Amino acid sequence: MCNLKRQLLAGPYVLWMAGFILLPVIMILYYAFTTTGGDFTFLNVSSITFSVHLKALTLSFKLALICTVICLALSYPLAMILNNMKAKSQGFVVFIFILPMWMNFMLRILAWRMLLSNNGVINSLLDTLGLPGIDILNTPTAVVFCMVYDFLPFMILPIYNSMARIQADIIEAARDLGAGNLTIFFKIIVPLTMSGVISGIIMVFVPALTSFAVSDLLGGGKVLLIGNVIEQAFMQEYNWNLGSGLSFVLMIFVIASMALMNSRGEENGAGVW
Amino acid sequence: MSKRLIDLTHISKSFDGQMILDDLNLYIRENEFLTLLGPSGCGKTTTLRIIGGFETPDQGNIIFDGRDITKLPPNQRQLNTVFQKYALFPHMSIAENIAFGLKIRKKSKTYIDDKIKYALNLVNLEGFENRNIDSLSGGQQQRIAIARAIVNEPKVLLLDEPLGALDLKLRQDMQYELIRLKNELGITFVYVTHDQEEALTMSDTIVVMNQGYIQQIGTPQDIYNEPVNAFVADFIGESNILNGLMIKDRLVEILDVKFPCVDEGFGCNTPVDVVIRPEDVELVSPEQGMLEGDVVSLIFKGVHWETEVLANGFEWLVHTTQMHPLGTHVGIQVDPFNIQIMNKPETNDEKAVESHV
Repeated sequence: MCNLKRQLLAGPYVLWMAGFILLPVIMILYYAFTTTGGDFTFLNVSSITFSVHLKALTLSFKLALICTVICLALSYPLAMILNNMKAKSQGFVVFIFILPMWMNFMLRILAWRMLLSNNGVINSLLDTLGLPGIDILNTPTAVVFCMVYDFLPFMILPIYNSMARIQADIIEAARDLGAGNLTIFFKIIVPLTMSGVISGIIMVFVPALTSFAVSDLLGGGKVLLIGNVIEQAFMQEYNWNLGSGLSFVLMIFVIASMALMNSRGEENGAGVW
Repeated sequence: MSKRLIDLTHISKSFDGQMILDDLNLYIRENEFLTLLGPSGCGKTTTLRIIGGFETPDQGNIIFDGRDITKLPPNQRQLNTVFQKYALFPHMSIAENIAFGLKIRKKSKTYIDDKIKYALNLVNLEGFENRNIDSLSGGQQQRIAIARAIVNEPKVLLLDEPLGALDLKLRQDMQYELIRLKNELGITFVYVTHDQEEALTMSDTIVVMNQGYIQQIGTPQDIYNEPVNAFVADFIGESNILNGLMIKDRLVEILDVKFPCVDEGFGCNTPVDVVIRPEDVELVSPEQGMLEGDVVSLIFKGVHWETEVLANGFEWLVHTTQMHPLGTHVGIQVDPFNIQIMNKPETNDEKAVESHV
């Protein structure tokens, strides 16, 4: 009886899930494997092999990878520094990192457009200082730059969390058993933060791979990611079948990379030496 | 007597302006089971961490086997630590945990495998090599922590309240295990605990500490039978601590009654602390006793009855094997040999003691 009541509490969420997650996925699957007439086809899915789609997918992968690597390279040392700070300052610094997330995603991208444009804030500043201006707007560099800015907290937080969970006496025990700083880092800290690193990678890589707003606003139509191709299929060509087919392929790629990361994580957990 | 292995000289340490250790001097002999005993905040763990190298003293030196190691980091000291919460590496198997120190010392694979087997055998966990840390109970985890430390053949094993997280029965079993281990290994154990029973059971030498000062160093028998002050008496076992007046040699006045005793040299009419262990108080018929009183509390403890007798305004704690029902009028008798006389605190560190009691 009590159990039933508790299950009823999940009701609103189940409805939400069915309506806004399950149903859309079924619809995407339906559109992906049918023609406009409703006949079964593989054409929408296999159209990923068209050179323009393949190019967009490759570029998406490349930029997402670069973005993830930069985020990781920035976050890991930062998390270590953060972890060694006094508890009070830690809270404040974490707050600073989360602060940008309180602003709307689109606003932040638009702000970067203002900052980076030819007569924008950064270039005017460089100009007054007599330095050469930077012309990265509407290039993949600007897209990566903004993605790193947007997704960095998603990398820092899980890594910082996993690092903060390492008990001080584990480090002391390693030192006690003769380990120097390098050994402690590679044999204790890295393996114990691997779960944080992996969730960080997934949380940065997946949105970076599927992103279209950043490339739209900062790429100036010149940087075509797979997300943009899908958006165009839906919004400009009104070809829901093609858009769904490409979405389906992207979903497969996302699930595959997540599965790959997770299995790597399990390996890392077990075989340290 | 074996030679001195560790010498702590004039060690002082404070954290955030608060003095934890003040001019501590202590030596530890080779092959000794030495216990640092005291209430929390007495500086016992800090002392252990200074020996282990996890803290640097503000002042003073640590001499290890004739060599000054005060500034040596933990990874270069010939000693290993067993931590209170085990501190096993959660991402490694049991074998990998035990092998950690040996791999750093670049020992051969056969040597390491032999050592793992030997250590697991020593702590009664044969065949546990490939088990997961999470699959072990607290007691088993602590055995692995001990195995991980001793495979490195340290000259000294430091143990920081290693049984603190275990339940009572397991704690008692582990005490005998530790004594056996120490005898088999033939190395020095430095043990930190706040549990006086643990200290009495296992130690060759007990160091009683309070508020950063050493109160007494001695064998378990010395500490229990001849406590030097009221703090030690109170901390080690239960006791009746009374204000007394030393009338003359071999005669002390307690609660307006003169008791014959065996202590001498306190002078005449000197205020003293008197300690009488509860098992040394005899309950007799009222007319035979030196004091008369009534039983006000009675608790059955298994081996004995914990009886409280109110006599001359003091509640005497008495352990007897005979039951005296509540309200019984009884006499109190104490053998002269069982009356411990000690000076009232005079110096600063002894006052620290008094304020705690």
